[in-house]
Amino acid sequence: MQLMQTISMAFKAISGSKGRSFLTMLGVIIGVMSVIVLIAIGQGTTASVTESISSMGTNLLTVNIQTRSVGRGGPGGWGGNSGGNARGTVILKLDEVLELENDETIAYVSPTVSGSLTVKAGSTNTTASVTGVLPAYANIVNQGVQDGRYIIDADVDNRSAVCVIGVDLAEDLFGNTNVVGNTVHIDGRKFRIVGVLESKGTSMGGSSDDSLILPFTLAQRMLESTTISSIYISAVDSASVDAAQEAVESFLYKKYQNESTYSVMNQTQMLETANETASTLSLMLGGIAGISLLVGGIGIMNIMLVSVTERTREIGIRKAIGAKRSNILLQFLIESVVISGMGGLLGLAGGMALMHVLEDVLGMTLVMSLGVAELAIGFSMAVGVIFGLYPANKASKLRPIEALHYS
Amino acid sequence: MIRMHGIRKEYRMGENVVAALDGVDIHIKPHEFVSIIGPSGSGKSTLMNIIGCLDVADEGVYLFDGQEISDYTEDELASIRNHKIGFVFQQFNLLPKLTARENVELPLIYQGMSAGKRRKRSEEVLGRVGLLERMNHKPTELSGGQQQRVAIARALAGSPSLILADEPTGNLDPMTGAEVMGLFHELHEAGNTIVLITHDAKIAAQTPRAIHIHDGRVLEPATESEVVI
Repeated sequence: MQLMQTISMAFKAISGSKGRSFLTMLGVIIGVMSVIVLIAIGQGTTASVTESISSMGTNLLTVNIQTRSVGRGGPGGWGGNSGGNARGTVILKLDEVLELENDETIAYVSPTVSGSLTVKAGSTNTTASVTGVLPAYANIVNQGVQDGRYIIDADVDNRSAVCVIGVDLAEDLFGNTNVVGNTVHIDGRKFRIVGVLESKGTSMGGSSDDSLILPFTLAQRMLESTTISSIYISAVDSASVDAAQEAVESFLYKKYQNESTYSVMNQTQMLETANETASTLSLMLGGIAGISLLVGGIGIMNIMLVSVTERTREIGIRKAIGAKRSNILLQFLIESVVISGMGGLLGLAGGMALMHVLEDVLGMTLVMSLGVAELAIGFSMAVGVIFGLYPANKASKLRPIEALHYS
Repeated sequence: MIRMHGIRKEYRMGENVVAALDGVDIHIKPHEFVSIIGPSGSGKSTLMNIIGCLDVADEGVYLFDGQEISDYTEDELASIRNHKIGFVFQQFNLLPKLTARENVELPLIYQGMSAGKRRKRSEEVLGRVGLLERMNHKPTELSGGQQQRVAIARALAGSPSLILADEPTGNLDPMTGAEVMGLFHELHEAGNTIVLITHDAKIAAQTPRAIHIHDGRVLEPATESEVVI
């Protein structure tokens, strides 16, 4: 018997009981929808993380140093106070760090210190992340001010009580971003706002839009951090990144004589780490969604089994007038594949619609890759075959005499 | 057309083995119109299943249209039913979701006939039973007599060697029953071989020959020369 004939027969049987067929499909629809949407969210996250890392410039190197004396700013690096060697006795001075700028492969150097402090403006009170930097930091992370000025050398030298504020934090505290010249109280101390940071959006480690930038020297005091535990460095160009990294590493080795005390990461490494994390996330989300697709498949099997019992007489009639086992098997198998395939297509459409809605809600660009769509449709068809096989086989095995007399 | 010799079929009922057919010898010639009559439990349904290749005998020889039906696989039996036997059932057994025409085309689909040929053939046989103008109706929109005529058209569609009717008038009122019997007589006159199974002596009396079956045995068995080749 021709395949087309069987397929049109399957459509007829499915449209004959629309309500039930739709409910059966619903399992697959939801399954495919969640696979597509969750994977898109995973990939969207990867893309935005990648973007925010690359927006900081590909020339960036970050240094983390483990220090023994831990202030309120928290440990700068890896594992805090592990190990008992003499690393804490070596104290890196600001002048020494700035000597790195003399290297021909290095453009800018800025040690940083960061922590969370309470910020108050008028009666509004909040906790914000505070980063103490040198003026060069703006060039290193490609983020200047959109209004007012940045931290300048004089601020650092004089420990001036000035700060540069992120746009979101300004909104929270003042209700607008036109705040240059206003004052805020940070940890009880009065600061003058001299600039508003360019908006950069949310990235993996929180957003610079809701943080405060302070002169490095003053921030060290505020955060009670006496040592330098984190340094941001930019190479002169992306070709010099490796040379710059070597220069920094040899400088630090001379200083500490112990490689485990510090780590130097470039942006490529950071991208790799972030991408690894994000792809694990995608896989996990997809896996969870896959389980719901599996459950949808069990729903199909359940309904197909009921259908076989209900249609025992039909099977008997078909066999009596000459249907072979393979005819019946194919008929039921195609029915279940058509149900799951249609569910897959509807799920695809629903998934795309849901992504559209979520793009606005999450403020994230969601892109469905063709591969994922193909995989979802293919998987849902496979679900139809796998879970349709048992009921179809059961139907094909019915003996015509018994099936004919079934009522 | 049909030669049966020593056909035996047993059923297991709990611990007991009951012989539904106990050595049946039958000979039915081509173009014959024969009724098989017996009370319920006489084994006539079992006999019909074996004649119709819905089941195979435990013992004995069954020659159908010159072919020996034994040790056939399920699919081979399906193929014989499809090409050589047209069934007419007491319950009509039409598929309720298909139209009259689609029901008639069903055996042709399993024969692998093309859509155009099926269309032509289904119109031909529906015209033969006088239902051409109702061919796009579903069974539920047809009267009992009309449904049975659709079933007869379906049986005729594949041009079978044998039409096997199981109590075809059992679910019909006497008037429509008589019409359906009239149709069978027409088909017989046109050269079809018909075997009609019934428990009703009045129906059996209308056929040129009746074979009586009782307790799994035929009361007028065929002679050995007729059934052994």
